Amino acid sequence: MNLPQVVQYCFAGVTVGSIYAIVAIGFNIIYNTTGIINFAQGEFLIVGAMLAISFNHFVPLPVAIFLAVVVTTIIGGLVEIVFIRQVRNASVLRLIVITIGISILMREAMLHIWDEKVRSLPYFTGTGISTVTILGAHISPQVLWVLGVSAIIVMGLTPFFRFTLTGRAMRACADDRMAARLCGINDRWMVTLSFMLSAGIGALAGCVISPVTQTQYDMGAPLAIKGFTVAFLGGLGNSMAAVAAGLMLGLVEAFVMSQFDVAYKEAVSIVILLLILVFRPSGLFGKREIAAMRAL
Amino acid sequence: MGKQLVKVIGILIVALALCVSVVAKAADAPAIKVGAIFAITGPASFLGAPEAKTAEMLVEKINKEGGVNGQKIELIVKDSGTKPENAISLAKQLIEEDKVLAIIGPSTSGETMAIKNICQESKTILISCAAAEDIVNPVANYVFKTPQKDSDAVRRIFQVMKAKGISKIGVITSNDGFGMAGGKQLANLANLAGITIAISEAYDSKETDLTGVLTKVKGQDVNAVVNWTVTPAQGMVAKNMKQIGLDVPLFQSHGYGNIKYVQAGGEAANGTIFPCGRLLIADQLPGNNPQKKLLLGYKEDYESRYKEDASTFGGHAYDAVLILVEGIKKAKSTDKEKVRDAIENIKGLVGTAGIFNFSSQDHNGLGMDAFEMLTVKDGKFVIYKN
Repeated sequence: MNLPQVVQYCFAGVTVGSIYAIVAIGFNIIYNTTGIINFAQGEFLIVGAMLAISFNHFVPLPVAIFLAVVVTTIIGGLVEIVFIRQVRNASVLRLIVITIGISILMREAMLHIWDEKVRSLPYFTGTGISTVTILGAHISPQVLWVLGVSAIIVMGLTPFFRFTLTGRAMRACADDRMAARLCGINDRWMVTLSFMLSAGIGALAGCVISPVTQTQYDMGAPLAIKGFTVAFLGGLGNSMAAVAAGLMLGLVEAFVMSQFDVAYKEAVSIVILLLILVFRPSGLFGKREIAAMRAL
Repeated sequence: MGKQLVKVIGILIVALALCVSVVAKAADAPAIKVGAIFAITGPASFLGAPEAKTAEMLVEKINKEGGVNGQKIELIVKDSGTKPENAISLAKQLIEEDKVLAIIGPSTSGETMAIKNICQESKTILISCAAAEDIVNPVANYVFKTPQKDSDAVRRIFQVMKAKGISKIGVITSNDGFGMAGGKQLANLANLAGITIAISEAYDSKETDLTGVLTKVKGQDVNAVVNWTVTPAQGMVAKNMKQIGLDVPLFQSHGYGNIKYVQAGGEAANGTIFPCGRLLIADQLPGNNPQKKLLLGYKEDYESRYKEDASTFGGHAYDAVLILVEGIKKAKSTDKEKVRDAIENIKGLVGTAGIFNFSSQDHNGLGMDAFEMLTVKDGKFVIYKN
């Protein structure tokens, strides 16, 4: 392989990796507050993108995306109030199963609202054939958008969870809900807020990747599985680690693809996930002690 | 006491109502039950949704015009969700519970192969709307298919390649029934056509980006790329090729015959060459073309009713209904065996995919001339000229 080719594989890896990463970020927010994995995260992405595509018929693209994010945020809040909050004796397992139900419900609803056709938002800059050339290899400007938006989200979220009162209150709820309540934290609204936040961020992610991946009502689940893998790989709850892990997985897949049959790349990502689960359950960038405490 | 009386009277009323409805039904000739299994949802919904709409529309039209041999057709449509395992249970349900004369569909090759034997063993006529050649080769008595053969599509593509002086190609296919069957045909026929396949790769049918696999293709210095799938990857491949600077002609399969894929590909789609039935360019056909009238009629009916562009896939369901109705008419019966024999003897039936000439060896009935080579110009389908 010559240099441009190696760079081109890197770009292919970055393209899919950036998509994995931006999906993974959404998982972390709800996990940070509730300790559960929201399997409907993929559907939030698709709802967001679908709404933006519909709004874009009437208003310019940035406004359409903004509206889509707002509406999806509200949907996220409603989902929590209607389904999650009503559960008594909510164990983590029970809540996770409920999110699976929500994902199926949303998928079917989208099928009825938007039918089965593939749609996509227009490219944010240029068109489907514009490329940025670096070191003799090419990459779509939309991938840079995906990376940029991921970076902005992470830069916003990390300080939010670390330093603001609300962010820390949300994390407290995940650690020990009862203790958080005793401290005067309104734990119910913190959970609602986390669903709203992750739905909104999911919608934004869905809009940014739509020109690359296209959008179809049933694309949420496969995206969510990859996003979940990446979130776990990086260490649940840590958005910056999710982005790093996403890009890493994308690159690994691209280089597996360059040397072996394309079919092997899925197998490799699953093997990596298994290895992580066995040897570093806290994720690549997670702290062992935290994982050990969670297990208690 | 009073309560029981009310109950008894209630039961009597229900029983009476049942009798009346049975009598009322018996007055009409019984409807001919026809099952339909389409991938209305799932990854092949592009095929199944227009197929289901078309079949419903055509059956309604036939019933309005008096039905077949004085009998109405009752179409029972089922959605397989593009899952072969669903197709199997739906086929069993249609055969055992609904006791249908024939099944139209399924939409994809994988689903059709899954139920081929079930239909054959229960002597239920199956008219598939899927493309793979394995469906009718080897011939199973009761199994027919309406789309053109994928080997003929490959032959037409290779003809164009030779005329363009292309000798070394890269092949990418989706890892589903349609993609795998196409990949096999391309590999089988390449030698004969004097074309080398430098690289052949299968990607996941749910793939969200193809730049990786195309980078691999680019490394082989090919003169052209062939993409064989019916999935949304068809819209993506043209964009991804341009994005990584792979500037060679792109050929796609007859699965590309849906303007949505062109729209999804944007300006990158221009110049894509693919074999296809004549539905999409019906208005560009010369006036003496035998298919022109039927094609324009179908297109107009479909588009005015459903407010969306007609696709060749819907046409496959149109042909399936047409063939079945012609078979029932000719057999003057709804006996499975007689209708089957009649279908096998159909000659010169004009359909949307071409002119059908069935025989006991040929359960597809279409030749290479059923394909026209098309290309995309300014976001529209036009007839390809060398």
